[in-house]
Amino acid sequence: MTCIDKSLYKVLYVDLTSKRFWIEDRSDLFEKYLGGVGVAVKLLEEEMPKGADPLGPDNVIVFAIGPLTAMYPMASKTIAVFKSPLTGNFGESHAGGRSAVAIRNAGYGAIVIKGASDIPVYLVIDNGGVKFRDARALWGMRSAITVGRIIREAEGGAGVRTIMRIGAAGEKLVRYASVMTETYRHFGRLGLGAVFGSKKLKAVMVAGKRTIPVKDKQAYRSVYDEIFKTAVESPAMKKYHDLGTAVNVLSLNKIKGLPTRNLKSAEFEGADAISGEHLAEARLGRRIACAHCPVACIHLAALREPYETEPYFYKTVFVSYDYELIYALGSMLGIRDPDGLLKLIDTVEVYGLDAMSTGVILAWMTEALEGKIISEKETITKLKWGDYQEYIKAVEYIVQQPNDFYKAAAIGLDYLAEKYGGIDFALSHGGNPMPGYHTGPAAHIGYLIGARHSHLDNAGYSLDQKLLGKTYPTPEELIDKLVDEESWRQILSSLVVCFFARGIYKPEVVAKALQPLGYTYTADDLKNIGFEIYKEKYRLKVREGFKVSKLRIPRRILKTPTPHGYIKEEYIVKALNYFKKKMGIPE
Amino acid sequence: MAKRLSVVDTERCVGCQLCMFACARRYGESGIARSAIHVRSAGGVERGFIVVVCRACKEPSCAAACPTGALKPRNGGGVIIDYSKCIGCGMCRKACPIGAVMWDEELNKPVICVHCGYCINYCVHEVLALTEVKE
Repeated sequence: MTCIDKSLYKVLYVDLTSKRFWIEDRSDLFEKYLGGVGVAVKLLEEEMPKGADPLGPDNVIVFAIGPLTAMYPMASKTIAVFKSPLTGNFGESHAGGRSAVAIRNAGYGAIVIKGASDIPVYLVIDNGGVKFRDARALWGMRSAITVGRIIREAEGGAGVRTIMRIGAAGEKLVRYASVMTETYRHFGRLGLGAVFGSKKLKAVMVAGKRTIPVKDKQAYRSVYDEIFKTAVESPAMKKYHDLGTAVNVLSLNKIKGLPTRNLKSAEFEGADAISGEHLAEARLGRRIACAHCPVACIHLAALREPYETEPYFYKTVFVSYDYELIYALGSMLGIRDPDGLLKLIDTVEVYGLDAMSTGVILAWMTEALEGKIISEKETITKLKWGDYQEYIKAVEYIVQQPNDFYKAAAIGLDYLAEKYGGIDFALSHGGNPMPGYHTGPAAHIGYLIGARHSHLDNAGYSLDQKLLGKTYPTPEELIDKLVDEESWRQILSSLVVCFFARGIYKPEVVAKALQPLGYTYTADDLKNIGFEIYKEKYRLKVREGFKVSKLRIPRRILKTPTPHGYIKEEYIVKALNYFKKKMGIPE
Repeated sequence: MAKRLSVVDTERCVGCQLCMFACARRYGESGIARSAIHVRSAGGVERGFIVVVCRACKEPSCAAACPTGALKPRNGGGVIIDYSKCIGCGMCRKACPIGAVMWDEELNKPVICVHCGYCINYCVHEVLALTEVKE
C-alpha cells in the first residue's frame, strides 16, 4: 500500500531548450524510493548522460519533495540534485523556506529541468504546468534579493509560493554560486546557482493551493498531534528557536573545534563577539520559519548602517546568520566585529554565493598572501585577517573576475590552489570547501566519504562530540557508524524531514506517520530502503568518475589539534580503505 | 458568551503557517485549499507577516453583498454559510475589505471562518487567541 495522494507521484519535466513541459506518473520510482533524494537520484541518473558537462545543456536539475511534505511539521525541505560544477560529480543540496510545501501544493512530487534556454527566462509553475517568462530585464541585476522583490510583485500566489532565484554569481558561473529561496534560505552548496546560470534560468517560482487527501483521517490527526507535541516540547526546538544554529559558536570554541584563520587554529579569541548569544542580544531583529515548521530557526539581524554622504540618514537591512556563516565568514577570516561580519554575510547573500565555500577560499587567499605564495597583483585587495572591508572587495572580485587569479578563484579552491601552490592548506574534501567543524577524525572522514562531502551527510562532527571523554572507535567501527547514519539520513531526506527534527522522526515514528497516508512500511523496511538509496547514490557517483583513491586529505587538518588530539593520517587511510571495501567501490 | 478568533500580535508571527494547515486538518485532510486563515509576508519575510482572519463583524459586509442569502449573521459576529444556497458568485469575497473571505478553488465556494479556535492550538508563538465578544 502506498500514498493515497497520487499527485505526489507526478513528475513535471521542463525542457528549457524547446520551451516545453510534460507531466508523467512515476509511481514506479515513488513506490520504491519514497520521494525526495531517493527519487531524485534515479531521475538524475535517467535524464543526465554519463560524463555530462556540469555547465552544459546536458546537466539536469531535479527538485524533489516527499510523502511527509505538507502533511506533518518540520518536513519542509526540498532536495535538489544535479551534477556539481564545483566537484565535477554528484551534487545535492537541500533548502527549506516555502519551496517544499509549494511544490506539494502545486501537485508534484518532483520537477526535472533539462536543456538550456537561449535567452534568460524564469519559470512560473502551478498545477496547470509551466509558464516561461522573459527574464532578460532581470539578467545582470546585482542583487538576488531585488530579483525576488520583482517577481513577488509580478506574479500571484502570495503566501503559498516559493521564488528560487540566482544572483550575479550564478550568472557569472561562479562554481559555488547558490540558489536563494524566500530570501534567507539557500540551496547553498556545490554550485546549483551556476547550473541555473548556465541554463539562463534566473528563477523558478512554484505556487499552489489544494486539498491533500489522507487514508485514515482520525489516525492522521492523532499522529500529527503526537509529533507536534514532541516537537514543541523538545529541547532541540528551544535551542534552534532561541539562538538558532549560532548557539554552536561558543560550544565549538570551548572544545577547541572552531576552525579559525584557515584552521591555523581551532580556537578563536573573538568568538564571544560573534557568538549566537551576542548577536541575539545586540542585533536580532526577527525570527522566521519555513512553511509548516513551528521552530523558526531562521534568525535575522537588523543591521543599521549610516549613509556616509548624508548626516542622520540610515538604512536598516536584515541579514540572516547561521553557525556555518559565522564560521566561514567570521572565525575562519579572523573577523570579530559583528557588524563587519554581518556586512560581509550580506554581500555574499546579495551576489548569491555559497557562504561556506566563499569563506574558506578567502581564508586560503589570506594565508597564501601572508606566505607570499601570491601577491597583491593577484588579490588586488590587501587581504588581512579580520579586515572585513577588504574581504567585501574580494567577494566582488570573485563574482566579477577582473583577472586570471579571480577567474581561477571562481572555478574553486582546489583549482586555485593547484594553479598557484599552497594545496597543503587548501581546506576542501572531495573538492567541496570544509564545513565548520574540526572536531576530530569522524568529522573529516565524514566529509571525505559523504556522498556530497557535506557535514550533514553522516554527521561525523556530532559523533566526535559525543565521543569526547570516551574511547575512540577503530577506523572500521567508525566507518560502520558513519555509513549507518548516512543510510538513515537517506530516508529523512526522501520523506523529506529537516535534519534538525531527526531526533523526533525516529524510524518507528516515521513508520507510524506514514500509515494514515496509506503506506504500510515497518521501521526495518525503511532502514533497508535507506541503505538501498545510499548505494544508488554511490553507484551514480562512481559512474561519474568518483574514486576513493583520488580523495585528497588536506594536510592542514593533521597539523592543528582537534578536541581528540592530532588526527593521524594512517587512521584516515585505514578508514577510507575499509569504506571502499564495504561499499564495493572499485578504486 | 460568544467568542471570536483574533490576532493579538502579528509581530510575534514567524510565518510558519501551522494555523493554515490546522484549519484544513479540521476536515481530516492536509493542503490549504479549505483554510479560512491566511498568512503571507508583508512584502518580503524581513518585513514580517500579515495574518488575515475574519474579524467577526457585527454588520458583516459579506452577508450584505450575498445575493442569495447564503450568509447569515452568526451569534457573536461574522457569518454562517449555507452551502446549498451559495452559487459561488464571489460577491462576498469582493465585499470583505480585509480579504478574510477565502476561496476554495476546488469547490468554487467561499471559505468562512467559524471561529472555532482549532488553529490556536498549533500557534506556539502566541499570535492568535479566542476572545470573548462584548454584547
